[in-house]
Amino acid sequence: MTQPGLKVLKPGILTLVQDLGRFAYQHIGLSPGGAADEHAFLWANRLLNNRPNNPALEICFGGLQLEVLANTNIAITGAEMNATLNDQPLENWQTHSIKVGDKLNFAHASSGIRSYLAIQDGFQLQPSFGSVATVMREKIGGIDGYGNPLKTDDFLPCSEHKPTVTTHVPPLFIPDYQQPLILSVIPCEQTDQFDEAEQEKLYHWTYRISPQSNSMGIRLEGEPITPKVKGIISEGIAYGTIQLPPDGQPIILLKDRQTMGGYPKLGTLFVLDAFLLAQQQAYTEVRFTQISLEDAQEKLRYFYRFFGV
Amino acid sequence: MKLQFQIEHAGPDAVLIRFGEQINTDLVPVIRAATKRLQKELQEEIRGLVPSYTTLMLCYDPRKNDFPGIQDKIQQHLANLNVSHAETGKLIEIPVWYHPDVGPDLQHVAEFHQISIDEVIRRHSDTIYQIFAIGFAPGFAYMGNVSNQLATPRLQTPRSHVAAGSVAIADQQTAVYPISTPGGWNILGRTTMKMFDRHSPKLCPVLPGDRVKFVSVSKADFLLAGGQSE
Repeated sequence: MTQPGLKVLKPGILTLVQDLGRFAYQHIGLSPGGAADEHAFLWANRLLNNRPNNPALEICFGGLQLEVLANTNIAITGAEMNATLNDQPLENWQTHSIKVGDKLNFAHASSGIRSYLAIQDGFQLQPSFGSVATVMREKIGGIDGYGNPLKTDDFLPCSEHKPTVTTHVPPLFIPDYQQPLILSVIPCEQTDQFDEAEQEKLYHWTYRISPQSNSMGIRLEGEPITPKVKGIISEGIAYGTIQLPPDGQPIILLKDRQTMGGYPKLGTLFVLDAFLLAQQQAYTEVRFTQISLEDAQEKLRYFYRFFGV
Repeated sequence: MKLQFQIEHAGPDAVLIRFGEQINTDLVPVIRAATKRLQKELQEEIRGLVPSYTTLMLCYDPRKNDFPGIQDKIQQHLANLNVSHAETGKLIEIPVWYHPDVGPDLQHVAEFHQISIDEVIRRHSDTIYQIFAIGFAPGFAYMGNVSNQLATPRLQTPRSHVAAGSVAIADQQTAVYPISTPGGWNILGRTTMKMFDRHSPKLCPVLPGDRVKFVSVSKADFLLAGGQSE
């Protein structure tokens, strides 16, 4: 009997195995990593009644083709990639039953940039340092433990299941990644790193996502915000931190961020907004507003309770 | 000694515990002890600890604690912290080939201080550095203090690619890039020492509190030890 799973026919531009990340090794510098858009990732697992942390695929920009060698169920969420099963269109944000011999195809992203493919009970892969999250820069995690993206002929083992009733994400919870983005920021308590007028620029100007952005961080281009100091003593940096190198162009740190940094910080982008930001294409314009720490914590608690993380 | 610190939020799921404002070797055992204590006492409630020069970042679950709640717990657990200043780490030598071929900022640092490249090398390899923290990338050990006669600010714009093994300085800090990564430090040379080895049970050859001396080696020795000049 052969192991059930999915075989990679074409890996697409960039397809990565992800979960919610690894946290216990930050003290020796391992990036937490994890799904860039947890909202879409968590919905994919939830639709299948999976555990929230079950390994799934993060398909970046599209182009993935898979041969199905298992009878089971999948869920697709996130970016719209006009997925097909044996050339028949597959609805995004819902579950689908697949069987041995099927061909799964993802075209190029037309809205958003990262699509998630979860499978019932998750892909069965060996975690590295407690997680399968792929951090390419560190050569850690992923399908082979060495941080590699999927390549042709890779095999993703899974378990088999009977077809289930289709479940879908209620339309209210499906984000429109093409809506203009106004991102909420929790301002930093350390206010001695910027003049007030410089700090205010973030909220008054429109910034554009640089094509140099990646899963480590989103680089913005726009009105420079000049810190009073060129660097600070390096310290731990949290998800969503907005740091300012001396050129004044903000960098927002995402999942694959380094654990420490030495640039002055304006504040922290609210977690759920950072997930939306991770779905934006280069050159998209964004604006900023403020949120209180209390409001941010309340919304985040609600989000994690909902998904049972 | 009464332990002095402030707690700041770092977003909805992390705090920075600040023990001082200046790099100071006296803080190394303090932060190490605080890290150990919080790891032990708050194990179930935290999602990661990142000790650094003057701070300890603690990531927490906002469902279990709000910001005032986690502050109370930190205050409580650090109130009676015993800090042993007696521990001295081991001394490790790191061989470096200092050359513009692998140290593209040697010239810039020399010009910044109006000294020769040889003098930059002498000033960098003359000091015994203390390891303050490991972070930024796996095995990236932050060391100090670089003397004021060598300290140079970070690059205006970070490089998108720094070669693995690069030995670099930023202000009063020095480090080895364990893997190829983006980075904004001034690169002086390159070493063959592996700063992160996933197959070694220790993972990193050095730990915070250890000391490091950089030793200048020839290109021939560098290549002999497996060094890559490209």
